[in-house]
Amino acid sequence: MAKVIVVTSGKGGVGKTTTTAALGAALAQHGQRVVVVDFDVGLRNLDLVMGAERRVVYDLTYVAEGKVRLPQALIRDKRIETLFLLAASQTRDKDALTDEGVERVIGELRSSFDWIVCDSPAGIERGATLAMRYADLAVVVTNPEVSSVRDSDRIIGLLDAKTEKASRGERMEKHLLLTRYDPIRAGRGDMLGIEDVLDILSIPLLAVIPESEEVLRASNIGSPVTISSPKSAPARAYDEAAQRLMGVDVPISIPNGRSGLLTRLFGRRAA
Amino acid sequence: MNWFSALARRKSASVARERLQILLTHERVAGGHSDLIPLLREEVVAVVARHVAVDPEKVNVRIERGKAVSLLEIDIEIPSASGSAHATKRGSRSGEMAVESIRFSS
Repeated sequence: MAKVIVVTSGKGGVGKTTTTAALGAALAQHGQRVVVVDFDVGLRNLDLVMGAERRVVYDLTYVAEGKVRLPQALIRDKRIETLFLLAASQTRDKDALTDEGVERVIGELRSSFDWIVCDSPAGIERGATLAMRYADLAVVVTNPEVSSVRDSDRIIGLLDAKTEKASRGERMEKHLLLTRYDPIRAGRGDMLGIEDVLDILSIPLLAVIPESEEVLRASNIGSPVTISSPKSAPARAYDEAAQRLMGVDVPISIPNGRSGLLTRLFGRRAA
Repeated sequence: MNWFSALARRKSASVARERLQILLTHERVAGGHSDLIPLLREEVVAVVARHVAVDPEKVNVRIERGKAVSLLEIDIEIPSASGSAHATKRGSRSGEMAVESIRFSS
């Protein structure tokens, strides 16, 4: 059965789009049929990070309005056969995207994909609530930094209030994905630690992505980091996150920074 | 002075943690579900008012968010003089109906 993931954070610039691309690609690399959907109308960037910016003809708004059929707007990835992109509109008005339109598109996507990964815009306005509304589970992207943690807390509140799942009285599944983590600075006490963030936000940990130059390099060349540099620490962390979402019991790698090696930590598991 | 500034710097993560914990305790009550409390108040008053005269000003809805469970408290004050109010009164304090605290996971 198809699963709809929303990648969200509240705060901008914490790595939602990078995470959507990397997680989507990692799932597809395991043979899953995946579509990554950009909900950031007017400020689309998932196409750029995926390296498909010159191939966008139709977008989510066109499909939601019924102006084109879904297959016309889906862009197949050139590297992984089972990976697709549905871009956001760069020129249309934000309000052109309606609740009903999005619900219908998500419903259609459910019948042809295993995973629908929705890249939420920053903020808590309509675009963000629309991206999360029909999700089955949420990946909350957080930096170990006060403003990001605060905004994530706010988003967690919205996930429990504004999603279809929540309104049906069901529990919204939420996972923390900590990005730009620097184990050396955390070890010195100059950066919030993993435990600190987990204690404050009280949602299960999905992955810790270490601060790495590979992440910027990947977006520079328009490739998800799991494709451009699959052996790098961030790519491995994203790959493990993908496996965990697929139900494979993989321990969470915690960067320790001492030797650049990763310590296996068996204590924490995704719910 | 070097050891002193080093010590001050070492503490920044725990300062951040403390500040966040204090801030979020407040925000979770007020902002997290910004429309939940007014909504609950409105709906609860409507239900109770069908049976008992209720002063909407004397209805107190509070949510205390904990780590594992949160506590929802609804206090409704009912004028004690009339017989109908007595009939439905369940609270421990006279003239007040205390709806049992409801626990829900956060």
